[in-house]
Amino acid sequence: MSASSEGPTAVARVRERRPRGADVVHAYASLAALFAMVVVFSALSPQFRSVDNLTSMVDSAAVLAVVTVGITFVLMLGAIDLSVEGVIAACSLAVALLVANTRTGFDLGVAGVGLAILLGAGFGLLSGLLSTLLRIPSFMTTLGVYAIGLGVATLLFAGVRPVVEDPWLNGWASDRFLGLTLASYIAAGAVLVGWLIQRYTRVGRYAFAIGGAEDITRLSGVPVARYKAIAFAVAGAFYGLGAVMATSQLGSGVVEAGTGLNFAAIAAAVIGGTMLAGGRGGVLQSMIGVLVLTVLLNGLILAGVSPYAQRAVHGVIVVAAVVAATWPVRHRLGVVK
Amino acid sequence: MSTPQAPVLAVEGLTKRYPGVTALDGMSFEVRPHEVVGLVGENGAGKSTLLKTLIGQVRPDEGKIRLQGEPVTLRGVAHAGSQGIGMVFQEQSLVPNITVAENILLGAEREGVRTGVYRWGAMKALAQQQLDKIGSSIDPGARTDTLTFAQRQMVEVAKVLTIEERTTVEPVILLDEPTSVLERREIATLFKQIERLRQRASVVFVSHRLEEVLEVSDRIYVLRNGQVVAEVDPHDTSPADLHRLLIGRESDGGHYHEDAQEPCDEAPLRLRVEDLMTAGCRSVTFDIRAGEVLGVAGVQGSGREEVCRALFGATRFSRGRVTLDDRRLRLRSPRAAVRAGVGYVPSQRRTDGIVPPMSVAANMSMAYVGEICRGPLLQGKRERGLVDRWIERLGIKTPSTTTAIGTLSGGNQQKVVLGRWMVGEDLRLLILDHPTRGLDVGAKSDVYALIRDLASAGCAVLLLSDTLEEMIALSHRVVVMKDGEVVKTVDTPRGAKPDPVVILEEMV
Repeated sequence: MSASSEGPTAVARVRERRPRGADVVHAYASLAALFAMVVVFSALSPQFRSVDNLTSMVDSAAVLAVVTVGITFVLMLGAIDLSVEGVIAACSLAVALLVANTRTGFDLGVAGVGLAILLGAGFGLLSGLLSTLLRIPSFMTTLGVYAIGLGVATLLFAGVRPVVEDPWLNGWASDRFLGLTLASYIAAGAVLVGWLIQRYTRVGRYAFAIGGAEDITRLSGVPVARYKAIAFAVAGAFYGLGAVMATSQLGSGVVEAGTGLNFAAIAAAVIGGTMLAGGRGGVLQSMIGVLVLTVLLNGLILAGVSPYAQRAVHGVIVVAAVVAATWPVRHRLGVVK
Repeated sequence: MSTPQAPVLAVEGLTKRYPGVTALDGMSFEVRPHEVVGLVGENGAGKSTLLKTLIGQVRPDEGKIRLQGEPVTLRGVAHAGSQGIGMVFQEQSLVPNITVAENILLGAEREGVRTGVYRWGAMKALAQQQLDKIGSSIDPGARTDTLTFAQRQMVEVAKVLTIEERTTVEPVILLDEPTSVLERREIATLFKQIERLRQRASVVFVSHRLEEVLEVSDRIYVLRNGQVVAEVDPHDTSPADLHRLLIGRESDGGHYHEDAQEPCDEAPLRLRVEDLMTAGCRSVTFDIRAGEVLGVAGVQGSGREEVCRALFGATRFSRGRVTLDDRRLRLRSPRAAVRAGVGYVPSQRRTDGIVPPMSVAANMSMAYVGEICRGPLLQGKRERGLVDRWIERLGIKTPSTTTAIGTLSGGNQQKVVLGRWMVGEDLRLLILDHPTRGLDVGAKSDVYALIRDLASAGCAVLLLSDTLEEMIALSHRVVVMKDGEVVKTVDTPRGAKPDPVVILEEMV
């Protein structure tokens, strides 16, 4: 074995070289990009750096932030969630019908909001259980749950829009404190809760471990299926909260309340460094992504891009941002599915 | 030999049958308190099935496992742990992206987690207790993927030792090929850990490396065909004796089939590489004749792996000329290389070499699908005929051509990978990147014979190898690479093989 220093160590070294702080680098890169954009837009447009615009940007990011916190837990598992828009639709209708409104006699207030969030968690749990019990890839089960959610929402809608008359819930979108709407503070609280879940609870830590190496986690005696399902449920609860916030902003229960959010949330998470392969990134990184997307979109509007072209331009920018964000970690011969 | 005491672990008549193969065939042995028991066997001898049975991943068809004299049924890794059996896995079983403390306590955090909420201080203290047992100074708060390989192995040992807190009995620790990816110095550290470990546990040490098993074990069981065929005392056994028992036949000097090395000085030049530059190598020039085996020696970072990948079109080169049979090659992609008559056997067989769930036939025919097509359509009959022929020629042991290749032993998988290139009528150059890695003695010998056959048929072979002995024995010439350049060429003709030291000196 005179040359045993050759082959075997090659394996060891390659393994060592792999991530070693790649997450940190990625987070810094995204943050740097965010600052660069803010600086550039501020220099180009006095309108961009106005206080009004800054607060309106934060307000407009609130729903996306909450939804992205949720989807981060699913992405950390290495799974994907395509049910966001369906879950938000159902929860939006549910909360609008449960608080004081123009269609039903319910006036549950806070309890109504709580029930809507629980409904979201229930949808998430359904996605998680379908994925783990039936062993079906999450993209398939969550697409199914997406359709179920839209169906439930359409049934609840029944052709008549329920307008929210609960002053407390309407206040989420209109009452301001230090220039920001209540919804923005609720979103900040949700981000904090998400971070605490990720850092200090079993479901958060196990989601991370499962995304890192599911088989090893299972071999260590962790009930992987259970914690995957719980992580989906946690994500669903955040979608539920996002739906309540969107409903407050829209003033009524709307089936389309979540349109575009699924794509935006996944893009934000990936830009922030929460990789689709799982086990990387986290709630705070994803929030950097949310800010990047929000600033980009805002800049787009200020730059005078035609409203008709905005969606397409938005899509192009998201893909470009994802490419830029993931460029350092791509592998030429890697397999992309 | 240690004085016979009541065994902590006894295996009695363990039998496990899989379709087409009996992995365990009435295996019996025992482990006594504070003993290091070596288990050796070729691939397919039943080692891995045995270990899986002992940690509850596989249920035996027949036979008993007794712990402290009591028969037990093991229901899984966690359950085996609670009964006192723990294992350090060959492929390291740590989650890379979480902390050392979490890894050590994963799934059994005890007071580190209260009602689902982590108490990081308690977690780290508990993990520190385990690390203290083996005298390790690793920070329990460190992210696992920032550790070196050897450090991670220490973490594994610490993790396994958590079963002490979960049971009242002294544990049995299974070590599956723990040295296979360690350097010499790291192996010495591991052996010290095993000595420490035996103060508090019994150890089962499984390895390919006979010298190491002899060094570390109190007793050794030799496994063959799912049975224990011998129990030996390491103090009066030589590696050669053990090797004989292991393969069940005389190990002659013809392990490398050196007699079959045919001189190729007169043969035409097959491959010329001139001034090749790619990421990791600055300027590489060498050539290979038809029928020649050329070894490329070099340490990690010498650039030899990069040359291989560039020659197969897997990475691009920024400068230089590659000519194959006087035709200049443009290696834009692996596909272009295959079309030009170049084959590649990667070092990571399971991830790069085979598609585990696909059949033996599909794995063998995938590089030259054209051979079995008529027009755009695959001809199943032609594929079967072709594959059957090669299975017979290469002596591949498989229940059928439709068996998933992932279920075969490593040696048979590798023969299929080699066969994949031999199927091509016009294979001119075969690049072998550590072709015998992880193979047992018998399978290695078979692979050596195949390499000889290929060379005799006129194929040029570029060889990277795990050991210099192997490379020197197989090659006609060895080029030594260092810092991205060829620094020396050494002739290694039949009957006049140089000492490895000659090459080693140039490498470092």
